[in-house]
Amino acid sequence: MSDNTMTSDKHGAPMNQQSVVRLLRNNGGIVALLIILAFNALFTPNFLQVQTLFVNISQVATIAIVAIGMTVVIATAGIDLSVGAVMALAGALAPLIFQSEFGTAYPVLGLIIAFAVPLLVAALCGLFNGVLISYLNVQPIITTLILFISGRGIAQVLTNGNLQTFSNPSFSYIGTGKILGLPFQGWLALLLACIVYWIVTRTIFGRYLLAVGGNERAAKLSGAPVRTVKIGAYVICAFLSGIAGLIVVAINSASDAARNGNLMELDAIAAAVVGGALLQGGRAPIFGAILGAVIIQLVKYTLLANGVEDEVALIAKAMIIVLAVYVQQARKE
Amino acid sequence: MAPSLIQKTERVVQSLVTMKTIDKAFSGVPALRSAELEIVPGEVHALIGQNGAGKSTLIKILTGVYRKDSGDIRLRGEPAMISSPGEAQKSGIATIYQELNLVPLRTVTENVIMGYEPKMLGGLINWRAAHRHTREILSRFGIDIDVKAPLGSYSTAIQQLVAIARAVSLDASLVIMDEPTSSLDDREVDILFGVVRELKNSGVSVLYVSHFLDELFRICDRVTTMRDGQTVGTRKLTDTTKLELIADMLGRNIEEIEAAGMTDFGGAERQLGETLLEAKGVATGPRLHEFDLTVRRGEIVGLGGLLGSGRTEAARALFGVDALTKGEIRLKGTTWKPGNPSDAIQDGIGLLTEDRKAEGIVPDMSVRENMTLALLPKLTRNGQIQTGRERELVESFIRALGIKTANMDQPIRELSGGNQQKVLLARWLATEPDLLILDEPTRGVDVGAKLEIQAIIRSYVERGFGVVLISSEFEELVEGADRIVVLQDGYSVTTLQNPGVTEDMLVRAIAHHHEAGHA
Repeated sequence: MSDNTMTSDKHGAPMNQQSVVRLLRNNGGIVALLIILAFNALFTPNFLQVQTLFVNISQVATIAIVAIGMTVVIATAGIDLSVGAVMALAGALAPLIFQSEFGTAYPVLGLIIAFAVPLLVAALCGLFNGVLISYLNVQPIITTLILFISGRGIAQVLTNGNLQTFSNPSFSYIGTGKILGLPFQGWLALLLACIVYWIVTRTIFGRYLLAVGGNERAAKLSGAPVRTVKIGAYVICAFLSGIAGLIVVAINSASDAARNGNLMELDAIAAAVVGGALLQGGRAPIFGAILGAVIIQLVKYTLLANGVEDEVALIAKAMIIVLAVYVQQARKE
Repeated sequence: MAPSLIQKTERVVQSLVTMKTIDKAFSGVPALRSAELEIVPGEVHALIGQNGAGKSTLIKILTGVYRKDSGDIRLRGEPAMISSPGEAQKSGIATIYQELNLVPLRTVTENVIMGYEPKMLGGLINWRAAHRHTREILSRFGIDIDVKAPLGSYSTAIQQLVAIARAVSLDASLVIMDEPTSSLDDREVDILFGVVRELKNSGVSVLYVSHFLDELFRICDRVTTMRDGQTVGTRKLTDTTKLELIADMLGRNIEEIEAAGMTDFGGAERQLGETLLEAKGVATGPRLHEFDLTVRRGEIVGLGGLLGSGRTEAARALFGVDALTKGEIRLKGTTWKPGNPSDAIQDGIGLLTEDRKAEGIVPDMSVRENMTLALLPKLTRNGQIQTGRERELVESFIRALGIKTANMDQPIRELSGGNQQKVLLARWLATEPDLLILDEPTRGVDVGAKLEIQAIIRSYVERGFGVVLISSEFEELVEGADRIVVLQDGYSVTTLQNPGVTEDMLVRAIAHHHEAGHA
């Protein structure tokens, strides 16, 4: 699944008996997706309806967007636990801005700032993570734990722990709008995936990213700016998390700092891993992450729609991760 | 240990391992074609061949890492099904890898008894017995060390011997050694050879893989040569010569090789250009104290010395990896302070590192991506890599250096060692550095690729660039370098000027100063 999203344009492997097995193993994600879809088509009531599609797209978009960022970070052999907290922080800031005196006085300017400032703050969070990791050599899991804890705290302090409700159709467009009949955030996720895919495969940053993750010492000795690359990865991840945070707020027309992005880090890591990212770094299957996000979302939906409780759904999610890791191991031979 | 030996007495020498008509292909590309290997008990059997000849594949099949496509493997005459490294170990086959698979942070004892701990009542480990057991095993090989110290606190040689001791303690009847001497100094090699002889005397067979042909004549009984996935033949080392082995490996005849010489630097007169680099009194850390070097355009300057003499540290200092604590470097006439590798690259220096795996290749990236890694800033416009130019360039280097790869998008880890090295060499040639530092450019590379690499280096300096050549092989330095700077314990002690340097002179230069110490 991941190999397709990487740079293997010309894989002239000859067909033999084993190739079917290999095909299955390398495209396990697609196969899993088809099985889930088939199951739902047969057993889940009202699954083949446009409404179901809308619900799933609008819910999967945020996971997918964060998973793209997570994949970039994992490509450096890092991890980012702070994505959920960054979502909460960005999500808390936006309504504060467009509901402020300034925001109500100048609605257009207020709206622009309500997008710009939260995303800037999110990017700064990524900068904070990246600097600590690359200059102070703090382990990524510990570094991002700092914002994992404090980021949501800051968001709650900013909102006094209250639920902020609002009515702002312009802002809510990113969570409720439709283009060609499909939810806006679905298109946005796709667009972001394309952009990041382009960055990873076509730019010098992307090449360095994979080199740093694949063999940091070799990359450094070949002149790669290792620190800058790592910082860049965390900034991208945090920025995308910020976008996801704004979308969640827009969907609900309310900002709840306590719940926005809660447990998102787990969904995003799971989606990235299911999509073929290797935790030891060196690989960035961006569209794999989208596929992983879709699978996670559909499993959640399937269980929910068939009356299985949320708690049980969590166990199912864990099973998927185990399966994905198993397939990865098998592929390494 | 070998019950079958008693049952089948019709043959005088029952072979320990027989591999016949072994075939193996990786994604359709054959790596082994009807390969054969026979090892008898108590012999030291060498396995040689160029990189990519199929040595590693054959060994990995024997040790259960890979599965054969077809063929017949027998252990002590019985058909053997070895489907995992664990099973190989149970059948008495132990492998000492180039990269040791031990745990450096744990004690020597823990590493030796791992998985086979002597237990006391209650399932606790009996450490006294464990330490005693470990000491006993090690003393068999004449090693007397503190077994309670972490393994990582000892030299590579000792670690290697501990790995062998562990293998022997598990009743191995075949010990496979993959390039065991590549990181050992002469004294350590002697110790290792003592251990190999000890193994042989106690009836254990050794399969010895090495690129250093001279070694084979010192300790091996027979040698099997492989070429292009096939077994060329097995010879007794007592009735063969080094040239014959090289001829076997290359598939050429002896006269051809004699005519060409053993290295491929050529000996033509050269005129030297202006001074490229001047280092005076350079010191970095505990291993480099005072290092002087001058390199002129069109010149290959060799760095000679034993392992740990500061050769690699000198290279790192010139490339900006380690910061200078003392001394001065002038590059192209101006004072130069190396900050980091990317500065050094920008200022026209390249460094081919010694450790291909740890500091050279990015294993999951393709041949193309590996080759252009150091060149990326020059291949980029507005942050975007110009893929057309990149492909053209890679294509031309693959052709010029004769790199054997299915296509430029093949992952580099799938290439043989010699071809990986050529890709890394191309990585630096592509940046066209004024000064190219090569740290052991032909280590672990087969004879054929070695000659090619040496020819490439020669033609590079002929274009007016300078090269610093670090090598443990005296032959390579003596024939390849225009001057040899000899290093000793972090000091550059003397310079030998070619033509006229012989291997003996170089050895004496290293040894003399070694005894005299430093004033």
